[in-house]
Parts: sequence; structure tokens; C-alpha cells
Amino acid sequence: MENFFDLVPLIILFPLVGMVINLFTGKHLGERGVAIVAVGASGLAFLIAVLLWIAQVDTGYGAAVVNMPLLGSWIKIPSENIDFLWQFRVDTLSVTMMLVVTGVGTLIHIYAIGYMHGDERFPRFFVYLNLFLVFMLILVTGNSYLVLFVGWEGVGLCSFLLIGFWFDKPNGEGWKNSNAARKAFIANRVGDWGLLMGIFLVFWTFGSLTFYEKGEAPLVHHTEAAAEAEGEAVFEAEVPEEPHETTAMGVFNQASHWLEEGDHEVNFGVFSMSLKTTLTLITLFFLLGATGKSAQIPLFVWLPDAMAGPTPVSALIHAATMVTAGVYMMVRSNVFYHAAETTSFIVTIIGTATALVAGFIALGQWDIKKVLAYSTVSQLGFMVAAVGVGAYAAAMFHLVTHAFFKALLFLGSGSVIHGMEHGHHHLHEHGHGHHDEEPFDAQDMRNMGGLRNRMPVTFWTYLAATLAIAGIFPFAGFWSKDEILADALKLGTDEGRLDGYIAFAGLLIAAAFTAFYMWRQVRLVFFGKARHEAAEHAPESALTMIAPLAVLGFFSVVIGFINVPSNVPILSDIFGSHQFTSWLEHAVTYAHAGNLVWLLAGIALLVAGAAIYLAQLIYNDRTLDRVPPDPLEANPRTAPAFALSNARLYWDEAYYKYIVFPFRDAAWWLAGKLDWSFWHDFVHEVLIYRSFQTATRVLSQPIDRGIIDRSFNSIGGGVQMASNRLRRIQTGFVRTYALSVLFGALLVIVIILFPVIRDLLGM
Amino acid sequence: MGAPEVSTELFVLLSAILFVMGAVGVLLRRNAILIFMSVELMLNAANLALAAFARQWGNGDGQLMVFFVMTVAAAEVAIGLALIVAIFKTKKSIDIDELHLFRD
Repeated sequence: MENFFDLVPLIILFPLVGMVINLFTGKHLGERGVAIVAVGASGLAFLIAVLLWIAQVDTGYGAAVVNMPLLGSWIKIPSENIDFLWQFRVDTLSVTMMLVVTGVGTLIHIYAIGYMHGDERFPRFFVYLNLFLVFMLILVTGNSYLVLFVGWEGVGLCSFLLIGFWFDKPNGEGWKNSNAARKAFIANRVGDWGLLMGIFLVFWTFGSLTFYEKGEAPLVHHTEAAAEAEGEAVFEAEVPEEPHETTAMGVFNQASHWLEEGDHEVNFGVFSMSLKTTLTLITLFFLLGATGKSAQIPLFVWLPDAMAGPTPVSALIHAATMVTAGVYMMVRSNVFYHAAETTSFIVTIIGTATALVAGFIALGQWDIKKVLAYSTVSQLGFMVAAVGVGAYAAAMFHLVTHAFFKALLFLGSGSVIHGMEHGHHHLHEHGHGHHDEEPFDAQDMRNMGGLRNRMPVTFWTYLAATLAIAGIFPFAGFWSKDEILADALKLGTDEGRLDGYIAFAGLLIAAAFTAFYMWRQVRLVFFGKARHEAAEHAPESALTMIAPLAVLGFFSVVIGFINVPSNVPILSDIFGSHQFTSWLEHAVTYAHAGNLVWLLAGIALLVAGAAIYLAQLIYNDRTLDRVPPDPLEANPRTAPAFALSNARLYWDEAYYKYIVFPFRDAAWWLAGKLDWSFWHDFVHEVLIYRSFQTATRVLSQPIDRGIIDRSFNSIGGGVQMASNRLRRIQTGFVRTYALSVLFGALLVIVIILFPVIRDLLGM
Repeated sequence: MGAPEVSTELFVLLSAILFVMGAVGVLLRRNAILIFMSVELMLNAANLALAAFARQWGNGDGQLMVFFVMTVAAAEVAIGLALIVAIFKTKKSIDIDELHLFRD
């Protein structure tokens, strides 16, 4: 079974091959062929993930590092002894992510067959989806920050491509879509910068980017489950003898080792910092990366706009998998975050604030997907806050459960939208009404209502997901959300940390928001009577679409049982206690399981139930018929709050006012003043062009003509003049020549005889 | 050794007089033949001086040189006279002042 570990490169290869096949032959395969290839690739990747899971269980949760065949060593600098390897890290954490990505991914692939049916770029859509799987799997399987970064950028690219997939829609909608794509890309770029800076710092500090070297196991701390089983609180697993001296260490164990030694300084050339300070800096940069990818304050604004993409994309990339990459990255770096208390505090505050803000905004949205988008941001806030309070296992747990029920919600909303569009087409075909020119928004909940009878499968699965996300016992969200709340409160009560209390209080309110806006949505979409003729004629979706809904619905109900606290009777006997946490403990150093606090669970349940009850009261059958306006809008006391929520707290407007517009003005100013006036007019025109002109004029007139030409002309003239004079010597009279010969001869004689003459004359 | 020795100075004096006569003839005469003869006179003046000095020092080198000069002079006369004849044939004159074809 250990050989199964070596299969891990295939998990990337399958989607890659699927992508290449569809890329080059997609146009000739037809929808059916394209779908078989894409779903097959995704399904085979899921199979590999399952095999890896089996291998994990079989080997006692052994981890493995597998080199990428052929491309093993991709950056090599022998003089600096640097060798970046493309290695896969197969451990419980990455296998969890692989299972979620490929499992949910496969279901969404199947769903997309129905959803994208008839689209003119059907093959391209599946090329992008498979490419996304490739990069997402590179991200989660990588054994170093560098590989993680490659995947990180790759999924960003796929996100961009898929948000703007319908860039050519008429009536300016294409523009809106491509703008949303660009917004997502740019907001992510800011976060990517943070991640990159963090990676540089990690490399500077540790001289390596590898998570764990071959044969090296993560340290495991205070595991309750392990303590029960083996009677020891802390153990170091499978590390060879003299681990610190002889074997190379990955960054996490190196960090733990240095932290144990204490007072390790990181030298930055001109100054040095303690390791703790450096780790705080690293984790803050990583946090910035996570706020981009996982849509946290301040960079979350791109995610709601990203709903411009096709709904399967929203479900797969912008709810279940890609946006959780930031959480995964922080959980992967849990050793760093555990050491950096300041960062943990900030992470908690950001996560809690995001959960609250996004939850509040979701209360007042009309677009069915916008509600879910802000809900996703809010739930990601829960996960980030969980990382902040040190509940890494709880964060991963919520990530997994959220992947299922949020994917289900999005797919359900896609089914609703699809039904609405079909209903609208139906109207046209049968000549009902004469609103050919009337704009129709299939995503606007004001047009819906009463869909539960027309779309029963969609309704029941949607209801299951709603109860799951609201945190109603025993649905999945109850267990994961409760664990985050319990861990937050435990941090407050046990260690007296303020951020624990803040997170607990904030997340509890956010949970109330969650229950309220979800129930509002369910009421608006499925209950009451149809508020638009399209809703009256909306059909249930095709089998390829509702089958994934059913599967996801099943998991939304039961997935929470993978991590039942040990003090819950009956259920913990059936499903085992803390299964998921004990599983993660083999990869996450600071995973720890919290027991269920009965009072807390009761409060959380009460809050969620109260919120649902309140929503039921407000959106009762009577008020539903009068929508729009929203009952909250109609009530003068709640109208301002609703307006604020509906306007999304003016968050985007504030960004436009304080960042985008000043930035654009600065760009205009720079273009006008710096580029045109200074650079073009002054530097190019005056400095370069004019001075060049002057220089050539000086060179041509005084120098070339004045000095060089004149000197050569005067040499020529001089020679001519001299020869004119000399030629007069040539008289042509032989006797003249003879006389000059005589004089010459005499002169020679005088010179020769000069000493004699001198002596004779006595001089 | 019957006859009294004639002193070398006299030979040299005679040689100088002959040479000056030759030189003056070259410079003043316009007839090519006469100039030619004057040149011969100068050559022979030189010969005389050479022979006189050779006798003075009892060294045969000077006399040997005289033979060379006479040989060269003979060759020179042959070519020179041929040239003069050729010039006369074309110009119908041997006045050297009229011979300035190359000047212009």
C-alpha cells in the first residue's frame, strides 16, 4: 500500500491530460466527448486521492515525500548549494485537500455538463476547469512554498479566465464580466505580493522553502487522542537519530528547533531580528496573501464580483476550493502562526471582522448569488478567525464542511437560475406576455418565489445546505462552527486572551446573521407565490445537474460526523471521537481537539434557531407577496440598516473614492505631467532632441566646415601655390642647369673642405 | 732618372686651368658639339689630376681610374654624338637654347 504514495504525480497528470485533449480536439469531440474526457480526468484524480487516503490509513497515517518524475529539480544553483525540488507532500492535510478538491470538483464537473449545455464555448469551459484542477492540486500537494506559489498563481489565472468566461455577452454585460475578472486578478495580485514577500523572508531565514524533508515527520504537540492511545502528551514521530545535526530539516521543524533553543537571531545584513519577530513579519505577509486569495478584509471586494462567472465556477473556485487556499496555506504554516502571537491576534480580528461585515452585507442583497458570495466571505472569515485563535484543525474542519454545503448552495442557486431562464424562454415561445424588450434578471430574488413545488430536488437539497450553514444540529455546519466557537472561547477563558472573547462574540453574531440571511433567501426563492411569470414556468433541472445536488446534499448532512467531539454520547460511539482532528494531527503540529461545551452548543443552536425564527416571522407568507420592497425596507425602523446592507456598506464606493480614483488621478497626473510634460516635452524635446540638434550644428558648421575642411583645403592650396612657384625654376635652358650643377658642386666642395679652409684662414 | 722631376703642383695647376676652360665652355657655349668637347676637356683635366696624384704617391689606383674615365668618356661620346645627330635630324639645329620641349 505504501507504493500508492508514488501515484501522487498522477493526480496532476490526469487533469492535465484531460485539459490537453480537450484543448486540441475539443471542437471535434462534441459536448458528449468533451464531458467524458473532462469528468473522466477529474474522476481519475479523485480515484488517486482515494487511493492515497487508503494508503494513509493503511500505513498508520505515514507521510511521504515524492519527487516529481522528470521535473524533480527545477531550480538549481550549485555555487550557492541551492536546489529547489518539485516534491509532493502526501500527508493527512494535503490528502484532505485533495479529497475535497477532486471530490467536489468531480461533482461540479458533472453538474457543469448540464449547466453549460449549448454554450458555444463548451469545450473551452472544461479546458479551464481541468486546468484549474491541475493548479489547485499543485498548490495543495506541493512540499515547498515555491510549488505552493506556482499553484497559487495558477489558480488565480484560472479564476480570472473563468470569471470573465462570458466576456462577450451583449448589452454591456460582457464588460461587467471582464471587469469583474480584472478586479479579481488585481485584488489577488496585492495579496500575492504579500505571499511572495513572506516566501522571500522564509528563504532568507531558513535557507530553504521545503515544508518537510524526506523521512522527516512533523512534531506533534499535546494530542489528546494520542495521549489516550499511547499515554504520552508529546511525541516526536519517526525522526531519525540526531535529527538536528545530521539530516536536513524543513522550515517548520527548523523553526521549532530554533524556538526551543531560544534567542536565535536572523541576520539581515545591516540589522538583525529575533526569530520571533521575523516569524511575525512572515506570518503577516502570509496573512496579506490569505486576505487576497481567501477574500478577507481588506481585499475581499473581488469575490462578490467574481459571481459574474458561470455558476459551476462560483461553486468550485469561489466557494469550495480556491478561496480556501489561503486558509490551507495558513494551516500549513501553523508552526509559524503558533509562534507569532501578534499575528494571531490580527488574524483573529480580521477573520472576525470579515465574518461580521460580510454577514451583514448578505442580509440586504437581492441577487441570489451575491447573497451566497458574501456568505462565502463570511464563512471564510470563520476559518481565518479559527486560524487566529489557534484552532487549526477546526479551521480545516470548517473548510471541509463548508466546501460541501457552499458548493451545494451555489449549485442549487445555479439550478434555480437555470430554471428561471428556461421559464423565461418558455414565456417567449408560447407568446405569454409581450415583454421581449423588458430586461429580465434571472438571478434577482425579487423575480422568484414559490419555486419549491416546481423544483423539488433543488429545494430539498438547498434546504439541507441552508440548515448546514446555519449550524443546526446535526447538520455539518453545526459541528464545525461549534468547534471554532468553542476554541475561541477556550482561548479567552483558559489563557485570558482578549482576542478569544472578541472572536467568540463576533462569530456568534455572524452565525446569527448567517442563519437569518440564509432563511430569508430560502423564503424569498422557494416560498410564497411566484412574483414573475418566469418563476411560474421554471422547470426542474436536468439529471446531470440534480444528481450532484443530491450527492452534495447527502454529504452536507453527514460530513460533520467525521469530527464528533468525544463527549457527545451515542454519536461518538458510532463515528468515533475527533476522527478528523486525530487524522490531521499527523500533519498539523498544533492541531488540538476541543470537547463540546454543552452550554456553548446550546447557545449557538439557540442563536441560529432564533435567527431562523425571526426570519420566518419577518418573511411570512403575507409579506412575501408584497416583495419588493423587502419587509425590512418597508419598516421605517430597519430601513436605514437595510439600505446600508444593500449598498454593501459603501465598501466598494469607499475603495473607489479613496484608492481607485486617487490612483487614477495620480496616473493621469503622472501621464500628463511626468510623462508628457516632463519626460516628453522636457527630456525628449529639450534635453535630447534640442541638444542633439545643437551639437550637430556645432559639429557641422564650425568644426567640420570651419576646421577640418579648411585645413585640408589650405594644405591643397599651399601645395598648389608652392608648385606654381617652383615650376619657374624649370627654365628649359641647359646652361642654367649646368650653372646650378656647378654651384652645387662648388657648395659640396666648400662643405667638404670647410675644415681646411678654416685652418688656412687661421680661425 | 735623367730628366728633372716636374713638380706635381704644375700638373695640378694645368689640370685646374683645363677644367675651368671646360666649365666656362659648357656654361657659355650654345653649340651642342662644343659643349660636348668642353665636357671632354673637363674629364681630361680630371684625368690629368688623377694621373699626377698617382705619380706623386706612387700608387697605381689613380691611373687605373683614368682608364675607367676614358672608357666611360668614349661610351659617352658615342651616345652623345648619336643623340646630337638625332636632334639635328629633327630640329635642323643643335643650338641648345632652342631645346626646351619639356619646359612647357
